[in-house]
Amino acid sequence: MKSLKAQQHSLSDPTVELDVLEQRHPGGTEGHFHHFLERIGMYPLRPTALEIFQANLGKMCNQTCKHCHVDAGPDRKEIMDRDTMSLCLDVIRRERSLNCVDLTGGAPEMNPDFRWFVEEIRALRPDIKIIVRCNLTIILANPRFRDLPEFYKENGVEVVSSLPYFTAMKTDSQRGEGVFGKSLEALQLLNAVGYGKEGSGLTLNLVYNPSGAFLPASQAGLEAEFKKKLWDRFGVAFNSLFTITNLPISRFLDYLINSGNYESYMEKLLDSFNPAAAAGVMCRNTISVGWDGYLYDCDFNQMLDLKVAVPGGVHLRDWDSQALSTRAIEVNNHCFGCTAGAGSSCGGATV
Amino acid sequence: MKTYYNPEDLKKFGSIGELQKSMADKFFSYYNEVFAEGALTAREKSLIALAVAHALQCPYCIDAYTTDTLEKGCDEEQMMEAVHVAAAIRGGASLVHSTQMMNKIKEISM
Repeated sequence: MKSLKAQQHSLSDPTVELDVLEQRHPGGTEGHFHHFLERIGMYPLRPTALEIFQANLGKMCNQTCKHCHVDAGPDRKEIMDRDTMSLCLDVIRRERSLNCVDLTGGAPEMNPDFRWFVEEIRALRPDIKIIVRCNLTIILANPRFRDLPEFYKENGVEVVSSLPYFTAMKTDSQRGEGVFGKSLEALQLLNAVGYGKEGSGLTLNLVYNPSGAFLPASQAGLEAEFKKKLWDRFGVAFNSLFTITNLPISRFLDYLINSGNYESYMEKLLDSFNPAAAAGVMCRNTISVGWDGYLYDCDFNQMLDLKVAVPGGVHLRDWDSQALSTRAIEVNNHCFGCTAGAGSSCGGATV
Repeated sequence: MKTYYNPEDLKKFGSIGELQKSMADKFFSYYNEVFAEGALTAREKSLIALAVAHALQCPYCIDAYTTDTLEKGCDEEQMMEAVHVAAAIRGGASLVHSTQMMNKIKEISM
């Protein structure tokens, strides 16, 4: 499967995506996300203390998942270079309120400077949490990635991996043929070095997102079921399960439109708007950095090219802590995905 | 084309109170209590509802509880097994009446 960009698909253009989100919004103008925030006294949405620095190391990936909001895949060549990583390191060094560096992609490990970057972060900030959003299959994609579990362990990296379900049918339908089997093999390799094992101090969390136009189940219930099924069937252990709602962006937006589910899915998100989830959205304590060094409120805004509303400070080289801490977070109708039901973030449910 | 069933009508379920409010309010209050977590989990109740929806062959209910079971974390295998439970009971309900037929055969046969 080619990326939307390689297909020259209209939805690879963020302005077209935003047009769909605004013009075809079932709530109309009155139902715009910012009105929902206004009604609960949260507009404009302001940041809390900066805790998470999320860096997208590039759109290159060995998989082409059907729901990917990044439109990542093997045909995407945009990756972060070492100069931009150095700018990231400057910020990580200076911003002492940061307690987490979250590395995502694409497959971040495919960036040739990935290991250098992780080691530099660890050297700079020995106590900081480093998360790698690992798609699992990358560990088996090439012999040079086979020692990633050891590398993660040596650098105290927390691994967060997508596994849509504990069956092959649902996993492969979303992430590609054979992905489930390879993912389990990779999970077993991670378990073998201690990841997900009690007392090891090595955290392995899984991410569940629905394989279609419906909301995720309750995080606690699903976690218990995943733990039992993965252990009983495959002897695989992990720490926590994060449930994440699919946001109407990029390939998932394309799926929603093509399958005739767009309006009903958006209606469901609107109907499930939860003020408590709105207060806990991840963009409030996060800055997301694109492969080219531009700054965003979150990875979703990054894909929609909605840069931080900081005039003159939208790039790493112009980092302005003060302006960032008082900015108005950019919102649009895709944000309903993070405020529906129990809430959704890169760390799972928020309520 | 006009049809008896329109998926859009499912969203209007709440409006049945326009013609009889107090009964509708009681029904929906009861309905919500029935489906809350209890001695059975909300997930188990959703699977029962899916099976009953098929036994009753109610398109609205099938729509609603297919989505609901997925949102409760059930997979297709579990959902189809629930429908087979409905089918087995429906089939069994027909077949068990054959004992009455067999009784009658005995009664009127030499």
